[in-house]
Amino acid sequence: MGSRVEILNDGGFRSDGRRQYELRDITIDLSPQGVADGSAILTHGLTQVLVSVFGPREAKMRSQTMHDRANINVEVAMAAFSTGERRKRSRGDKRILEMAATIKSTFEPVVQTSLYPRSQIDIFVQVLQQDGGLLQACINATTLALANAGIPLLDFVCAVTGGVHSTSPMLDLTLLEENDIPHVTVAVMPKTDKVTLVTMETRLHVERFEEIFRLAGQAGKVIHGEIKRAIRERTERLVTSMGSSTRVHGGEDDAMNEY
Amino acid sequence: MVDITIRKRPRTEAVVTQRKFFKKTARGKVIKVLRERYLRDDVGCGIQSCSSCESSGDQTLPFSGDLAHNSFPDGYFVLPDTNVFLSQMDLMESSLFKAPIIVLQTVMEEVRHRSIPLYNRLKTLVRTDEKPVWVFYNEYRSETAIIREDNESPNDRNDRGIRKAAEWYNTHIGLSRPIIRGQAKPKIPTVLLLTEDAANRKKAENNGIPVSSIRKYISSFPESVAAQLLDLLSSQDDNEIEPTRAGGKQAIYPEYFSESILQAGLSTGRLHKGHFNANTYNYLQGSVSVPAFPKPVLLIGRENLNRAVQGDIVVVEVFDEAKWGVEGDEVVDQEATLKNDDADSDEDEENDDITRQEAKAIRASDSAAQQREKQPTGRVVGIVKRNWRPIVCHIDATALPSTGATSSTSASTLSTQTLLAHPTSTLLPRIRIRTRQGSALVNKKILVAIDAWVPTSRYPDGHFVRVLGDVGGEDAEREGLMLEFGISYGAFGSAILGCLPPEGDSWVVPPKSDDNPVWKRREDLRDLTICSIDPPNCQDIDDALHARPLPNGNIEAGVHIADVSNFVHADTPMDTEASARGTTVYLVDKRIDMLPALLGTNLCSLRPNVERLAFSAIWELTPEAEIVNVRFTKSVIRSKAAFTYEEAQIRKDDPNRQDELTTAIRLLNTLAQKLKAARMAAGALNLASPEVKIHLDSAESSDPIDVEQKEMRETNSLVEEFMLLANISVANKIWEAFPATAVLRRHLPPPRTNFDKLKDILQKRKGMTLDVSSSGALADSLDKCVDPTEPAFNTLVRIMATRCMLSAEYFCSGSVGRDTFGHYGLASSIYTHFTSPIRRYADVLAHRQLSAAIDYTPLHASLHSKPHVERILEVVNRRHRMAQMAGRASVEYYVGLALKNRGDRQQVTEEAFVIRTFRNGLGVFVSKLGIEGLVMFKRDITQFDADNYTVTIPASSKAVPGNKDVTISVFDKVVVKIEVEKDKNTQKGKVKMTLVHPIDSRAL
Repeated sequence: MGSRVEILNDGGFRSDGRRQYELRDITIDLSPQGVADGSAILTHGLTQVLVSVFGPREAKMRSQTMHDRANINVEVAMAAFSTGERRKRSRGDKRILEMAATIKSTFEPVVQTSLYPRSQIDIFVQVLQQDGGLLQACINATTLALANAGIPLLDFVCAVTGGVHSTSPMLDLTLLEENDIPHVTVAVMPKTDKVTLVTMETRLHVERFEEIFRLAGQAGKVIHGEIKRAIRERTERLVTSMGSSTRVHGGEDDAMNEY
Repeated sequence: MVDITIRKRPRTEAVVTQRKFFKKTARGKVIKVLRERYLRDDVGCGIQSCSSCESSGDQTLPFSGDLAHNSFPDGYFVLPDTNVFLSQMDLMESSLFKAPIIVLQTVMEEVRHRSIPLYNRLKTLVRTDEKPVWVFYNEYRSETAIIREDNESPNDRNDRGIRKAAEWYNTHIGLSRPIIRGQAKPKIPTVLLLTEDAANRKKAENNGIPVSSIRKYISSFPESVAAQLLDLLSSQDDNEIEPTRAGGKQAIYPEYFSESILQAGLSTGRLHKGHFNANTYNYLQGSVSVPAFPKPVLLIGRENLNRAVQGDIVVVEVFDEAKWGVEGDEVVDQEATLKNDDADSDEDEENDDITRQEAKAIRASDSAAQQREKQPTGRVVGIVKRNWRPIVCHIDATALPSTGATSSTSASTLSTQTLLAHPTSTLLPRIRIRTRQGSALVNKKILVAIDAWVPTSRYPDGHFVRVLGDVGGEDAEREGLMLEFGISYGAFGSAILGCLPPEGDSWVVPPKSDDNPVWKRREDLRDLTICSIDPPNCQDIDDALHARPLPNGNIEAGVHIADVSNFVHADTPMDTEASARGTTVYLVDKRIDMLPALLGTNLCSLRPNVERLAFSAIWELTPEAEIVNVRFTKSVIRSKAAFTYEEAQIRKDDPNRQDELTTAIRLLNTLAQKLKAARMAAGALNLASPEVKIHLDSAESSDPIDVEQKEMRETNSLVEEFMLLANISVANKIWEAFPATAVLRRHLPPPRTNFDKLKDILQKRKGMTLDVSSSGALADSLDKCVDPTEPAFNTLVRIMATRCMLSAEYFCSGSVGRDTFGHYGLASSIYTHFTSPIRRYADVLAHRQLSAAIDYTPLHASLHSKPHVERILEVVNRRHRMAQMAGRASVEYYVGLALKNRGDRQQVTEEAFVIRTFRNGLGVFVSKLGIEGLVMFKRDITQFDADNYTVTIPASSKAVPGNKDVTISVFDKVVVKIEVEKDKNTQKGKVKMTLVHPIDSRAL
C-alpha cells in the first residue's frame, strides 16, 4: 500500500497537498437537529460526524442513576456508508463500544456532572463519513454539541491526531496516512493546558512520542480557536434574532470568555 | 514552536478538490474512495529571483533559462512529458543535455506508476547538483490543478494537466517580468513542452503552447552537439519515423500473455514466477528457479526463452512431463553460431540457415537426454519485471559495411547504420543499435541500453549511451566492470564531504577532559598494548587486538573496532551515500571506497602510535577460551604496532622475542586455536574458494607480473577467530536490545538437492560419500575426501561444495523467525557484521545499535523502523553480492593480463582438474591460477557418458597416441595449455585453453 502513495514527498507536500503542520479544513454547523437539546455537525476534511446531546434529563434506567452527579451516556453509531467498504456495524461492535467508552472517559472530568445529580446526559455520535481522524472529529463535535446544549463544561476539549513519517512529524492525518504511519490522538483543555486523552493503537518510539505529543497539544489550541469562533458566531446570531431585549442580561459574552 | 495552521478550503472549490468515487476490487467488492486535495498559491515555480513566487532560496532554475539553442534566443526551459522520461532517460541524464528541466508532479507520478527503476533514476536526476532541475507540484497549485472530465482517460487527463502547466509557466514568466518604462524590454524565456506523443503535440499547438518532439528539438542544435545527442536517443521513437516497419514481418517469438491471464495463471499455480538465469555455456538455454519444483525449470530454444534477458523476473509455463528435457551437455557459443548474422538482415533467407543450425544444436542435446533424469521444462510466457541496465558491449569490426573506400566523404560516415553490439558477458544477447558514428565505435568499449524487444526481431533494440574507452585499455575495462556490476564509482559530492570534520587531516582526538563530548563516557585504553594485524599495504585498518593475563588466572582479550559511527551520523548526506554504496569494492588495482578516504584511511583507521576512537569488545576468557563475561565500550586507543600477517607470524615464532607485544600475540594465538577447535567441534565448515593474489609491478604502472595463490598463516586464523567472536557477541547483544530491528547476518542451510550432483560425481568417480545432513556432518565428510596422491583434490572438492551453497545475507531480526537466524557455515546460532565499519555499511548499523544498546547514544528513529532497516539491508545485500562478483571479474581480467605477460609467445601450460564434462568439451579448473576454462573438441568424435561423467576419445582418432581409447572424467588431472588469444574481430583478449595431456586436443 505504502508504495502507491508517497506520504511526504521531497517537496514537503503530503498526498493531499498539505504541508506537515497544516490541519484540514474544519466546517462547523450548529443548527438544531431534530429534538436534540444541542447538536453539532463537524466536518474535518472529509470526515463528518453528527453529535446530538439530550439532557440533562431523568435517567431511563434506575440502575444508572447516581445520587451525587449526572451519568454520561455515550452511544456511537457508524453509518454503513461512511467507510470505504460498505459494512454494517452492530451496536455491540467492540470497536464502537471502545470508542464510546473513550469519549465518555474524555468528557467525564470536563462536564460538571455534579450540578445535575440523579440525571443523565445522553451523547449520540453519528459517523457520516470517514477519512481519518475519526476520534478527534467525534471529540471536537461532542464539545460543540455539549456547549450548544448549554451544559456547563470546565473547558473546551480539543483533539488532534499527530503522526510521524520516518522522522518528520505531521498533524491531522487522513485515512491514507493513518493506515501507513504510527499516530497518536491527543485531547487537550486549552485553557488549563490539561490533557484529558492520549490514545495510540500503533507503535511509536518513545523519543518521537514526546515531540508529537507536544505538537498535537499546540494544534489543539488552533482547533480551539476555530471552535470558539463557531460558538461565538452562533451565539451572536441567536442574540440578534432574539432582539435587543435579551441584551439586558448581557452576561452571555463574558461567560463565553470563560471557555 | 512550529507554525500550525488550518488549511481553509473554500466551498466553491469543492468540485476541484474533492473526489468521491466507487471502485470495484479484483474480488468484486465495491469500495467507496474519498480523496481531497488542498490547492495553494505558494507552490514555487523554481525560477531564481522570480518576482511573483515567494523565494525560499533553493530555486534551481536559472533566471534566463538556457541560451544555447538556436531557436530560442531569449532563453528557454524544457518541460518534458512522461513519455520522454520513460523512453529517453539516458538522454535526460547525459551531461550533454544542459537545458534546465521542469519536472511536473504529474510526470513524476506517471513515471513512478510505470517503472520504479526509472522513477528512482528520475529522483536522482532531480537531486543532482550538476543540472538545473525543478519539480513543480502542479497538482497542488490552484491555477494548474485539473480534474478528470467525463469520458476522459487518465492518460488524457494527465496530458491535459501537463499542457495546462506548460501554458501556466509561459504566462507566469511573462507576468513576473513586466515591461518597465525606460528599461530594455525584458527577455522572456520560453517554456518548451517536449513530448513524443503526436496527438498531445497537436493539441498543444492548438492552444499556442511551444511544443516539440525530442528528436526535432535535438536536431536543431548545432551539428556537433546534435550528432552526439542523437545517438543517445532511444530507438523507440523509430516507430514515429517508420510507422509501418513491423507491418509484414513474421514474428519470431510468441507474444506474451496478457496481464490478467498471467495473474490468473499465477494464482492457480499453472504458471510460475522467478528470476531468469541464462546458461553460460549455451546461449539457447536458460533456467528459472521456482518454488514449485525442487529443480529449476529449464528453458530450451529461442522461442521458449522468448526474449528473456538475464536477471528478468519472468513467468514460465511448464510443459507436460513427457516433453521434459535435460540440461544440455554441449557448449553452444553465440559468437560462433551467429557470426554471420547481419543486424539489418533480420528476416531474409539467411534466417532459415540460423534456425536450422539452432535446431540442430537443440536436437543434439535432445537425443542425449534420453537416459538422464529429466528436469521440468517450460517456456516463458510473460515478463513481470525487466532488469535492463546499461550493458558494456563492443562492436564487431566485420559488422560494419566496408566503409574503407568511401569513408572519405563525410556524408557516408554520418549516415545512420544498424549494428549489433556484443556484450562482454556471455549471458546477454547481442543488441541492435542504430548509430551515426559506427566507424568511430569499432574497437571501443561502449555502453548500450536495451529499449525494447519486439516479437518480430531476433535481437533486442537498444541505443548507444557512451564510449568507455579502447578495448583492452585498463581504464575502459575497469570502468566497464564497475558499470556491469552497478558500482557507483563517482567522487564524493560536496554535500558529503561537508559532513567530514572541518579539521580534515589534522583532526586528532581532543585532550582528555570530562566536559569534552568526545570523551564523555569513553574509556581510556591508551595504555593497553594493542596492535593490528592486516594484509600488507592495508590502509583502512578497522580492527586491532589486545590480550593480557588477569590476576585471577583468566585472560582479558579485546577487539577494538574503528569508531565510524562517531563520524558518520544517521540521516546525513554521507550516511545516505554510504548506505547506497553498501560496501567498499576491492578491485585488483583500485579500491572504490564506501566512505571518503579521509575517514577510511586516516581518521577512522587504527594506525599505530596515533590516538584513535574505537568501539571495543572486551572479554574475560578462561585459559580454555570459554567466555566468562563480555562488555562493550566506546574507547580511545593508541595502537602500538601495525603488523602484516607475515610479520606477526615471524614475531610469534621467534623464540628470542619476549617483549610485551609478542607475548600478547602468542596469548591471542593460543586462545584463537582453542576457539577454532571449539567452533570446528560445533560443526563449522572449512570452506575454500579459489583465492589468488596478483603481483603488480609497481604502484604506478599496474601491469601485473605474476599470480600466486594466497597463503594462509596462523595469524590469519588468529584475527579471524577474534573477529568471529566479536561479531557473535555483538549479535547477541543487539538482538537482545532490539529484537525487532537488529541488523544480523545469516547463512541458510542449503537445500539437500543442491548437493545431489556433487554427491553423485564423488560417488561414481572416487567412491567417496558426502554426508550433507548437517554442517557438521558435511565438514567431517569433506575432511575425508582426500586423495593421497593429490593434495589439491581436497581443496577442489571444497570449492565445488561451496558453490552448492547459498550465499550469506543480512537481515532484520524482526522479519524472520528466530529459528532461521543460524549461520550454516560458521555453525553459529546468531551472527552479525561488526568488525569492518569502514568498508561495510551493515557494520555501521550494527555499531549504532550496539551504541544504543549500551546506552551510549540514543538510537536514531530510522533504526527502530523495521521496513526502513529491511530496505537498507536489501540494498546492502545486493551491493555486497555485486562487489564480490566485480572483485572476481577483476581478478580474472588480471590473470589474463598476467598470462599474457608471462609465458613465451603468450602461452602457459598448467595442471588442471576437470570439473565438468560436456559432449564436446571439458570444463577445467586451474587451481594455481584460480581460473576456470573450457576445452572444446570438435563434435562427433567423442563418446560421451553422461551418467559416469566421462568423455572417451576412441582410439581411431588420430590424436590418440597408441591404440587405446582415452577416457577423461570429472576430477581427472589434465594438463592444459593456456593462451590469451585475441579475437581478430573483437580485439577482445580471450583466455583459451587446449588440452595437452593426456591427449592433444588441437588435433581433435
